[in-house]
Amino acid sequence: MSKNILVYIEQRDGKVQNVSLELLGKARGLIAEASEKVVAVLAGYQIQELANSLIWRGADEVIIVDDRILEEYMTGPYTKAVTAVIKKCDPSIVLFGATSIGRDLAPRVSARIHTGLTADCTALEIDGETGNLLMTRPAFGGNIMATIVCAEFRPQMATVRPGVMKALPADNSRSGKMEVLAVDFVAGDNHVKIREVVRETKKSRDIAEAKCLVSGGRGIGNAKGFQMLRELADTLGGDVSSSRACVDAGWIEKNRQVGQTGKTVRPALYMACGISGAIQHLAGMEESELIIAINKNNTAPIFDVADLGIVGDVNVIVPKLAEAIRKYKLCKV
Amino acid sequence: MKIVVCIKQVPDTTEVRLDPVTGTLIRDGIPTIINPDDRAGIEAALTLRGQAGGSVTVLTMGPPQADVALREALAMGADEAILLTDRAFGGADTWATSSTIAAALRKTGFDVIITGRQAIDGDTAQVGPQIAEHLAIPQVSYAGDIQVEGETLVVRRMFEDRCHIIEVTAPCLITALSELNKPRYMSIAGIYDAYRKKEVTVWTLADIEDHIDTGNIGLNGSPTRVKKSFTKQPKGTGTFVDNASPDEAVEIIVQKLAEKYII
Repeated sequence: MSKNILVYIEQRDGKVQNVSLELLGKARGLIAEASEKVVAVLAGYQIQELANSLIWRGADEVIIVDDRILEEYMTGPYTKAVTAVIKKCDPSIVLFGATSIGRDLAPRVSARIHTGLTADCTALEIDGETGNLLMTRPAFGGNIMATIVCAEFRPQMATVRPGVMKALPADNSRSGKMEVLAVDFVAGDNHVKIREVVRETKKSRDIAEAKCLVSGGRGIGNAKGFQMLRELADTLGGDVSSSRACVDAGWIEKNRQVGQTGKTVRPALYMACGISGAIQHLAGMEESELIIAINKNNTAPIFDVADLGIVGDVNVIVPKLAEAIRKYKLCKV
Repeated sequence: MKIVVCIKQVPDTTEVRLDPVTGTLIRDGIPTIINPDDRAGIEAALTLRGQAGGSVTVLTMGPPQADVALREALAMGADEAILLTDRAFGGADTWATSSTIAAALRKTGFDVIITGRQAIDGDTAQVGPQIAEHLAIPQVSYAGDIQVEGETLVVRRMFEDRCHIIEVTAPCLITALSELNKPRYMSIAGIYDAYRKKEVTVWTLADIEDHIDTGNIGLNGSPTRVKKSFTKQPKGTGTFVDNASPDEAVEIIVQKLAEKYII
């Protein structure tokens, strides 16, 4: 009978992505009986040294597929690697991060294995009666939540939105089993060729990792408004993010977008400036610890989720606020 | 080059509203559109036809009303349109949907298949890659640019932190991002042709039966089921300040930040 939870570990350039650690943490929480295990699938080239850190973060076992063909992510070879591990382990559940790689790979694997796949989940739990995995995800742009089950097929597969689950702290007293699985790759596994890899030079942090976010919407008026938000963010040691409207208007880069089609964030402070709060936006930020919203329109839906809602003009309040915080900090010292 | 574009007719989700009493989706009067990523796929196909020659076929699976979406694609310049419609296809999840569409593609034949990355109603991004797997052809997802170099397509695949410049040859499947291009408008002559000269071919299950195991279609062929759907409960407003001057507002915010030890 299928058992155990398999977590696909996404690594890029030998660095394990946070979402994979979040999934290891979640998988531990889903384990019902002591006989079940969390198994990490680590695929790549010369990545074996990462295996220990996966045990520390919650894996009981790590299965490694190490081959030169896996150096840079390609659909064909990675599908073959993950499928081989699934066939060997016969898991009950397989989890992937809902990143661009996870959402390229998981559907390919599910089609090959002939099982169901639920995309972009934001909650996972085990049904106490049936033992099936309940996979909850937003649909219709976040307007509706749907709980999906895959009762007749195994494994039950899901991609899970980054930033939603919580990773466990590293516990280096944990130990586990490691195993290298040899997969027989052939030249025909890769039907496409990477001519070039263009890495984005990271000027700024990933917004999903910021402790404070000052986020701008249409209400800031134009691209220059982000300069004003940046100054406020600097006083808070935070970063700048955006609603979809500003990205569509070309005021700021897409990787700053919070929401259903952007990123999910849960910072200690989310300050929504001139954001009306479409449901698609709320879906990406409502788990933030403290939400402060400033908006001219006193019926803006953002106020429904704000811990502190201020009706007023962001273009007046934000510069004054930046100044006030600077003064406050000086006095405190 | 035979290019087939798979499209989906979707409700314009920016217009979707919930019934405040029942909490269900109000569908009445909601306009439908061609899914934005798919529209970029149509444009990419038309551009590719311009560079490499060949034909563009648009294909959709949906209710009979999806005819409108296909006519729009014809009016943009597509050569042929196929509507896959049958009650037996209803209730399909991404696995069954991709199996059904793959069967139709086996029948049409293809060199290059283009789909949108994901549809704005389901947001799964699964059907494109699953079609490619069913047809055992390579996929290049998240295409931000497509160029033709002889027999080779050079595709820019956009990931979060990097992009890959990828060389691929037909047969293959590409999933298009809406950032890929600015789709052309329908021309007046195009609209005329779409309704008077061109045809939408309708295929039911009987037309593709030779290309699929009928156990793999519709609700019965779907590994996943929706167990329940619900609306999220808003967490509720905290302090709401409607009538403060900017200076008062600033003071209230600073107090709050201090109280929460953020400053």
